Amino acid sequence: MAEVIWGLATSHVPSIGAAMDRGKTEDPAWQALFDGYAPARAWLAEHRPDVAVLVYNDHANGIDLDFIPTFGLGTAERYEVADEGYGRRPVPDVLGHPELSFHLVESLVDEGFDLTVFQELAVDHGFTVPLSVWTPDPGDAWPCPVIPLLVNVIQYPQPTAARCYALGQALGRAIRSFPGDLTVGVLGTGGMSHQLAGTRAGFINPDFDAMWMEAVEKDPARLAALSREELIRQAGSEGIELIMWLVMRGALDEQVTKVHSDYFVPASNTAAGIALFDNRAPEA
Amino acid sequence: MSTPTGAGRLDLPGTPIFDGDTSRRGFRMNKLFMSLRDAAARERFLADEAAYCREFRLSAEQEQAVLARDWQAMIDLGGSIFYVYKLAMMDGRSMQYLGGVFTGMGEDDFLAAMRAGGRRDG
Ligand SMILES: [Fe+2]
Repeated sequence: MAEVIWGLATSHVPSIGAAMDRGKTEDPAWQALFDGYAPARAWLAEHRPDVAVLVYNDHANGIDLDFIPTFGLGTAERYEVADEGYGRRPVPDVLGHPELSFHLVESLVDEGFDLTVFQELAVDHGFTVPLSVWTPDPGDAWPCPVIPLLVNVIQYPQPTAARCYALGQALGRAIRSFPGDLTVGVLGTGGMSHQLAGTRAGFINPDFDAMWMEAVEKDPARLAALSREELIRQAGSEGIELIMWLVMRGALDEQVTKVHSDYFVPASNTAAGIALFDNRAPEA
Repeated sequence: MSTPTGAGRLDLPGTPIFDGDTSRRGFRMNKLFMSLRDAAARERFLADEAAYCREFRLSAEQEQAVLARDWQAMIDLGGSIFYVYKLAMMDGRSMQYLGGVFTGMGEDDFLAAMRAGGRRDG
């Protein structure tokens, strides 16, 4: 039986990856963000899973507006790092885990989540930045194979928060029903509050973010009840991508142990958050 | 919440919603922006921007917005910020620059507001 051992929520702002790629992590504008990652990175380095599932959205790099899958899952053996216009990030391509991917697709379709299947996919910063948050110096390879789970957050209507949470719960069941001993980490990415366009650009809502950070640990059902409109109003038109944290959270147990969390403004125009949860049963 | 453009359309002040209508309107322009990921395409675009816009069958207004780098008009005419940003990147413009345009604050003041913790409603 496979087991979800941890869940990591993190922003996936491209400038976080760029700061790392250009050696700027100790610049005054960035140091506090990266200091805030350190405890999570140290813990994660000690708890390497066999496979990870990473929930993210593409930003006009791996897919365009011809097809807008509400939910999709990668089944490839390898995912190339996308060139977003000015050369790919200097990070390794991503190895997949087709066997687990096909099991997840089948289980999720059986549960009524009719996912789009990606047999080939170039992954952009939405995917590689969270991997860099987890593993700053991957060398030639990331710590384990990683399976992409895509969510449409770019074009309205995004899936509801409730549906994302339910997908996460089904994902957790699907992982646990895999016939084979695997440890799995699940990453939910994006957020926190931000808005890129309109006269409200630059909007940040620290109160909402603090509420979200607390509730994602202790009361995710409360977050799952938020409407699309409420999310856009409170978290900004791009902050709605926080719904991807709920997919991760749904895959974990009701009770989790928070390892670390941190919050930093601004990463570009965004409030950056990180939250790491240990999903193993607490020792008696 | 009452607009003629379709059920469920949100109406939040100062907040463009990239919905189906908008995406349909901006479809070809967004395709043009996405094509700019490729260096050879950028070269062709820069050699004759108007011809490149016609190749992608932009409307006259969209072409005008692109040629004039009227970022707000691009959003109004159906651009997705993630796609419009490809053109901005080509021009060496940052998301903070665009934020300065959309808010009318200018890049420096926008950046200062972000560093001070971001902007609030009201
Ligand atoms: Fe995103």
